[in-house]
Amino acid sequence: MSDAKAIDAGNILDVEKIRKDFPILSQTVRGKPLIYLDNAATTHKPISVIERVHNFDAQEYGTVRRGAYKLSENATQLYEEARQKVADFMGAKSKGEIVFTSGTTQAINLVAHSFGKRFIHEGDEIIISNIEHHANTVPWQVVCEERGAKLKVIPVDDDGELIIEEYEKLLSSKTRMVAVNHVSNALGTINPVKLIAEKAHAVGAKVLIDGAQSSAHMKVDVQDIDCDFYTFSGHKMYAPSGVGGVYGKKELWEELPPYVTGGDMIVEVTLEKTTYAKPPARFEAGTPPITQVIGLGAAIDYLNDIGMDKISLYENALLEYGTRLFKDIKGVRIIGNAREKASLISFSINGEDPSDGHPHDVVSWLDRDGIACRGGHHCAQPTMIRYGVPATTRASMAFYNTTEELDALAESIRNGFPYGFVAL
Amino acid sequence: MSYDKELYQQVILDHNRKPRNFHVIEDASHNCHGVNPLCGDDITVYLNVDEEAGKIDELSFQGSGCAICKASTSLMTAYLKGKSVDEARQIMEEFHKMILGELDPENDEHNLGKLTLFMGIREYSSRTKCASLAWHTLIGALDKKFDGISTE
Repeated sequence: MSDAKAIDAGNILDVEKIRKDFPILSQTVRGKPLIYLDNAATTHKPISVIERVHNFDAQEYGTVRRGAYKLSENATQLYEEARQKVADFMGAKSKGEIVFTSGTTQAINLVAHSFGKRFIHEGDEIIISNIEHHANTVPWQVVCEERGAKLKVIPVDDDGELIIEEYEKLLSSKTRMVAVNHVSNALGTINPVKLIAEKAHAVGAKVLIDGAQSSAHMKVDVQDIDCDFYTFSGHKMYAPSGVGGVYGKKELWEELPPYVTGGDMIVEVTLEKTTYAKPPARFEAGTPPITQVIGLGAAIDYLNDIGMDKISLYENALLEYGTRLFKDIKGVRIIGNAREKASLISFSINGEDPSDGHPHDVVSWLDRDGIACRGGHHCAQPTMIRYGVPATTRASMAFYNTTEELDALAESIRNGFPYGFVAL
Repeated sequence: MSYDKELYQQVILDHNRKPRNFHVIEDASHNCHGVNPLCGDDITVYLNVDEEAGKIDELSFQGSGCAICKASTSLMTAYLKGKSVDEARQIMEEFHKMILGELDPENDEHNLGKLTLFMGIREYSSRTKCASLAWHTLIGALDKKFDGISTE
């Protein structure tokens, strides 16, 4: 690799050493080495997480917060330690501000419905953006319908950046909630969330940041952003699937009613009346994903050991490298060219014939070369409509990816043009 | 017949770029709209069926989608024109089995003709819906499913 940027990337992290931590990456697919570039969908697990989960289940597993015996007490302590790790990782004031859920989707639903029930009334307004995941769109649509509120949408420019002047015009004394992502899963845009929160607070609105795509790729500081809620998914952070959560300011959590009700979120239940537990327990009804939470704690340890600053720098070097490669391929159009962008390239293909290069064909074509990319609308159909494409192909990077893998991706794409990307 | 990947690729590419019977049949006796919601394939199949003879006189489609979906629909329309409704249903069954890997066109008996060029789909399980949408939509039309067909 003679390219200067590739050398830069190599200097930031010892990627060969890191790759050895991820057993799944050493396999072959269809006879070719696996090149995994679908990290925005889900990430793989380092051996430290796999072993922690295994050992916990093998030696330490027990129910949490209920058993008055040693196994349960120990499991409860480990579970709460993991909550502390998440709180520290995100810059929360205390661990009580972290509520575990099954992931970002459930986290946003929890906030939307609970906050909606308490604070959103007829005639109020909720603001989202044109580049949200369906998980940060549909719950707000439902809440608007139920509460008689109105949904407003921040428009986005041709490069994929939110138009802040238009956002300012949408804000008013009727605005109750502004819910936007930190990073767009479809375009990679990093949104100016601190600025968005500041402007929302100026009119008295609360702010939810969907952090599904950011938490494992950049240093997040919820106090610096000054958001009211910040959601995340474990499986996009090198942790097991089935766990995620939401940070919320303590004073706000205290005002919110429960969303899911049942066991373990109560103080007292009689057949006439129930009193609810304090947060975070109030929002964690039922037995939580115990093992997965322990795995999340181990994943955060792993990320901290490498360092989020290094991860960001390295992934940014990959993005710059990949973007330049893609710009050299005639017939590739990058969708999303925001100045601040996470390590993700969404693109469409203008093939030799206008019918060529549908993202699903491209993805199968790449799969033939052992390359895993995503093709589709990325659960962001309003974003696709905005850019006039039914779907895109997306390569999303993690710190275990290499410039050589991006070379292989570019090579596979180049090779596809004469075949119209038809793989069989 | 031997499995010639390159040739099959070329035929699919050709049908994607120049789909056959790619038009609306006005006053069709049967039609149905089919979608793959997860990937956006969206087609409408039109038929004129001679009810007395139980025969498909005309067959066409319109729509958009990936190469596998469009080529599969195009080849289906070309292959079934003139065949009986019963034959069409039988071939649909065989086609479905083939793309799921339950029918091996190189060893098992079948009436799939050149539709066997889609046998490679069995290696790409995520694409079976792309290849089969045409057939589900065709059956939807024959069964008069006025609400359309969705693979989800």
